[in-house]
Amino acid sequence: MSGPGTAGAGRFAAHVRRARQSGSLVVQPRMGFAGARRMREGLRAVRDVAAPTAGTVTVDSYTRVGEYARALEALRSGAELNGFPLVAHGARRTREVLDGVASQDFPVQVRHGSALAGRLVATACAAGADATEGGPVSYCLPYGRVPLRDSVRAWARCCELIAARAEPMHLETFGGGMLGQLCPPSMLVALSVLEALFFREHGVRSLSLSYAQQTHPGQDLEALAALHRLAAERLEGGPDGGPDWHVVLYTFMGVFPRSAAGALRLLEESARLAVRGGAARLVVKTPAEAHRIPTLDENVAALEFAAAVASDERERIRARTRAGLRPAPAGGPYGVYEEAALLVDCVLEQAPTVGEALLRAFATGLLDVPYCLHPDNANRARAVLDPWGVLRWADPGRVPLPPRTRRAVSADAAVGSRQLLDMLGFNERRFDVEDVLGRRLADGAAA
Amino acid sequence: MPKYRSRSGKFVVSGVSSDAHTWNLVFLQLMLEERGHEVVNLGACPPDDEVVAACVHERPDALVVSTVNGHGHMDGERLVRTLRAHPDLAELRAVIGGKLGVDGAADRHVDALVAAGYDAVFASEHGLEEFADFLRELRPRRRAPAEPVA
Repeated sequence: MSGPGTAGAGRFAAHVRRARQSGSLVVQPRMGFAGARRMREGLRAVRDVAAPTAGTVTVDSYTRVGEYARALEALRSGAELNGFPLVAHGARRTREVLDGVASQDFPVQVRHGSALAGRLVATACAAGADATEGGPVSYCLPYGRVPLRDSVRAWARCCELIAARAEPMHLETFGGGMLGQLCPPSMLVALSVLEALFFREHGVRSLSLSYAQQTHPGQDLEALAALHRLAAERLEGGPDGGPDWHVVLYTFMGVFPRSAAGALRLLEESARLAVRGGAARLVVKTPAEAHRIPTLDENVAALEFAAAVASDERERIRARTRAGLRPAPAGGPYGVYEEAALLVDCVLEQAPTVGEALLRAFATGLLDVPYCLHPDNANRARAVLDPWGVLRWADPGRVPLPPRTRRAVSADAAVGSRQLLDMLGFNERRFDVEDVLGRRLADGAAA
Repeated sequence: MPKYRSRSGKFVVSGVSSDAHTWNLVFLQLMLEERGHEVVNLGACPPDDEVVAACVHERPDALVVSTVNGHGHMDGERLVRTLRAHPDLAELRAVIGGKLGVDGAADRHVDALVAAGYDAVFASEHGLEEFADFLRELRPRRRAPAEPVA
């Protein structure tokens, strides 16, 4: 599902749209290498995967926090970096990396995690990157100590840079990812929609809304349906017809299964979820996730695996349709849409602009990301997993909830260190046990 | 729960300047609090000077650095050298743990980190158990009794 504003949305959005029309899911890695030549080789290998892909340049942690001199020093001394130091390389060098590799069938996105991303985004714009990722909340709260107000101001400027570029550039919210784990799906959906509204407010015409796979396939499917519905309701229409948009799913970003079988099963579940939930793009993880940063070959293998699973899932859906079976219902008992819609409405009531409304909502605890240590997050709300892996509010703090959910909130909200580890390791255990038993516990996942 | 009541300590828990991971820090805070200790959690990506300032200000029994983004061998080393260069912090107990390099082979970083000034480096599979042992052996210093509340 995408918005109406297709004209002039740029080649990232056009690529995703073409893949969708031909019934394919665009798959994309998280991948960054320090050296320009290695980065180029990496992009080329992802381009040559036998499925529609988008390329990724993930920047290193020094660049993310604005320590460009330190990144340059590491680059010169040959020290290990965990990504591509885009600002240290500069726009010209980065353009050379992209030239002849990036194309209309292989657009490339810069992924980073910077709150104060002005210089980074300006460099990515100048280098001809097709897309980037971020958001005033999602690239601030999980990533450090930059005041939210400074991040809102910086991201307004980033959006304006993106909107002003002659070749259109795409921007993805990271709001559906946040800390990767233990954030109730309704909060992720609401943050993704609010960041998309912020992007639109600052002139961005091509955007995507993210959601990260959590711990319960049924709840995740409902969250994707809620995200599509809310995005359609809030982004479309108006005098400008609304921006072009699609939904992107992230494979689980938390503690990963240690066994190859378990890791691949989790990746498989995310690819099936993407297809069933109507996402147009999937950002994958690899079986190396629990151990280290993946190699290029591991990334390529994960992309091919995810693309193959996605095509199998589409075939299953077709077969079901041919047999006259109705598709599995997307709505469900978890109330994700109702919670997320209420949150978005309550936040937007706070102020006339989305940026100011976000600031007020966090200051009053109306938005509160459980377990997030950032000084501007109330960190009063608590979420827990029930025995089936459904993410529930244990204590919403001041987060507004519809009456139905509020009644279901459990009284005992204290979470200890042992319980926290157990919850963080839920998917690790669930999928690694399959490696041991050789059977499927989560029948609901692929039914 | 321990069978005896021992003196509580005060800990500064921190990541390193380029590491955005926080679940490790959330966990460590809970673990220390459950043992009766007080925790000042600096969260993700604290610049070196903020860590130094917090240690000078809080006078903790130990600084606990946890990092998993693969830059720990560089950032952690620079941090502890800065820390040791401060006259008030030369004797502060400081430990580090987590995933310290990008390739999963931590051993070669351990010696360098100890040489740079850490009292202990917990980088093995059993790092958490080793850290728990370290806590059991740590004797928090005596502090002036708190003023009675009127």
